[in-house]
Amino acid sequence: MTEGDIRILVIDDDAMRAAMIEDGLRDAGHARVTVLTDMRQLLRRITEIDPEVIVIDLGNPNRDVLDQMFQVSRSVRRPVAMFVDQSDRASMEAAVDAGVSAYVVNGLRRERVKSVLDLAISRFNAMNRLREELDRTKQALEERKVIDKAKGILMANRSLSEADAYALLRSTAMKESRRMIEVAQGLITAMKLLG
Amino acid sequence: MATENTETGPDPMRAADGVLTLGFIPLVDCAPLVVAVEKGFAAREGLRLRLRRETSWANIRDLVALGHLDAAQMLAPMPIAATLGIGRPADPTVAPLSLGLGGNAITLATDLFAAMAATAQGQSPEFARFDPAAVGRALATVLAERRSTGQEPPWLAVVHPFSGHNYEMRYWLAACGIDPDRDVRLTVLPPSRMVEAMRERRIEGFCAGEPWNSIAVAAGLGVMAITKSALWRQGPEKVLGLRTAFVERHPEPVMALIRALVAAAAWAGDPTNQDDLADLLANPAILDVPQAVLHRALTGQMQRRVGQAPEAVADFLVFSRHAATFPWVSHAQWFYAQMVRWGQVTHSSAHAEAVRGVYRPDLYRAALRETSTDLPRASAKVEGALRHTTPVASRFGTMLLGPDGFFDGQMFDPDQLEHYIGAFPAVPRNSAE
Repeated sequence: MTEGDIRILVIDDDAMRAAMIEDGLRDAGHARVTVLTDMRQLLRRITEIDPEVIVIDLGNPNRDVLDQMFQVSRSVRRPVAMFVDQSDRASMEAAVDAGVSAYVVNGLRRERVKSVLDLAISRFNAMNRLREELDRTKQALEERKVIDKAKGILMANRSLSEADAYALLRSTAMKESRRMIEVAQGLITAMKLLG
Repeated sequence: MATENTETGPDPMRAADGVLTLGFIPLVDCAPLVVAVEKGFAAREGLRLRLRRETSWANIRDLVALGHLDAAQMLAPMPIAATLGIGRPADPTVAPLSLGLGGNAITLATDLFAAMAATAQGQSPEFARFDPAAVGRALATVLAERRSTGQEPPWLAVVHPFSGHNYEMRYWLAACGIDPDRDVRLTVLPPSRMVEAMRERRIEGFCAGEPWNSIAVAAGLGVMAITKSALWRQGPEKVLGLRTAFVERHPEPVMALIRALVAAAAWAGDPTNQDDLADLLANPAILDVPQAVLHRALTGQMQRRVGQAPEAVADFLVFSRHAATFPWVSHAQWFYAQMVRWGQVTHSSAHAEAVRGVYRPDLYRAALRETSTDLPRASAKVEGALRHTTPVASRFGTMLLGPDGFFDGQMFDPDQLEHYIGAFPAVPRNSAE
């Protein structure tokens, strides 16, 4: 059996992240990857898919369902255990930091599965960074809108040019040791109150 | 809200300074942890607690094992399973404190319950009182009918394989002649998903902590058929769990934590604080459900089915009275007996010995030595022996323990563990299979 023959199941209700992991695994030569984003009938689906490795988001409440698999495992020949060796502290820390966990069928060689976990960790981390960036961009965009609105108020009420309105907001913020967005928000609120 | 989400890893220096990170699951019985933070009981002990809301018991277990959590609310059987290393490497874990008694219920789908009510047993006054034996007999009749007409057995869900819920459900079914591994299909679902699964008819019943039963009832999806208090009055439910190594390394903060949580449990159990407690728990960072739903479990005024007036259920959830925070070794031994009964672990004297060291009344006593909290003299008791509230020997004279009967009249004597394990009533196997 070659590396690529491992049956991998990715359980994640975040379809975008699941797709990222799936792509990564396929690029690494794993052809037998199944993605499950619907958590209904989870145990039944896992039994049907019969994976050798399961990758799941650490925060997924259905991890308790997987715990049940440990219990029924002997009777339905599905012995599984959390993959990472308890002694492999660094690997476990990396997985927890990234927010991912992996389960593996007993007996599958650890080093063969390690590449799967490492890949999952790196994709989870990439996704986390992407999200942070997206949040920052969104926030910046929101702040930009508020500042534009405040600028408009200043331009209309004090007959300032756009550049001067911006400069006034900035110098006020500096004088008061506040962020520009706070000054802009205060101005908008004040204008609302004044009608 | 003082609750913080923190991504920091293990930090032993901080524990030594009284900064502890505690995990909890959004259920009514996380109350002592929340109260300890919000009502100043932790601060009074020189502790700064950071609470982390978790999404699964598996996460709680793994984060405690890795030291990302110093301690956590745990299902009462979890530290036993961790110590014995069932299905995974052994990770010695202790429970120096109980976080309460009772608080669960079994809710059955409205139409399943209606079918049960239509049977001969369903007409009895015992059934009308929600007596577990009568309700169980009615369920057995309905299951037999369904079998004879070739229908699938119903799916019932519990929250975790090592949970009071799992053992209660099995205990109840088996005592009523229903084989939990054949006559029904038992599965695991997160508590927060029970109501949705019931709505989608993927399950016909579940055993979970509050507020999930009350939410299913309010939605008209189910009938709260059995309360834990009716199956095993004053039965253990959640504990504070910590790694043995952590307790050994940081005895002082652990002692302070026990004192803070005992005081917090007393506050939570005081009826005059119920409104205040409901407000604390309703917070979006804690349970994020309406106060009215939480009031049911906190007051024991349970609504059994939609549209019906709530009825008083004695000892539905006990935070503090009747020595509710005391970690009885016999509770751990009872859970172990159930693990053996249902094939999760094989019985051995080594296992039985290890189990005796998981619940730690010695730590509880040491922590409370200088306080005015009364303590029972015994560390284990015969479970199910008390029919009435009974005075027992304590360090200040006597203290009251509540009635603790099992619904089938069985008793569990921890000194007769092997006899108990050997004497489980055989489940009748009289179907066509």
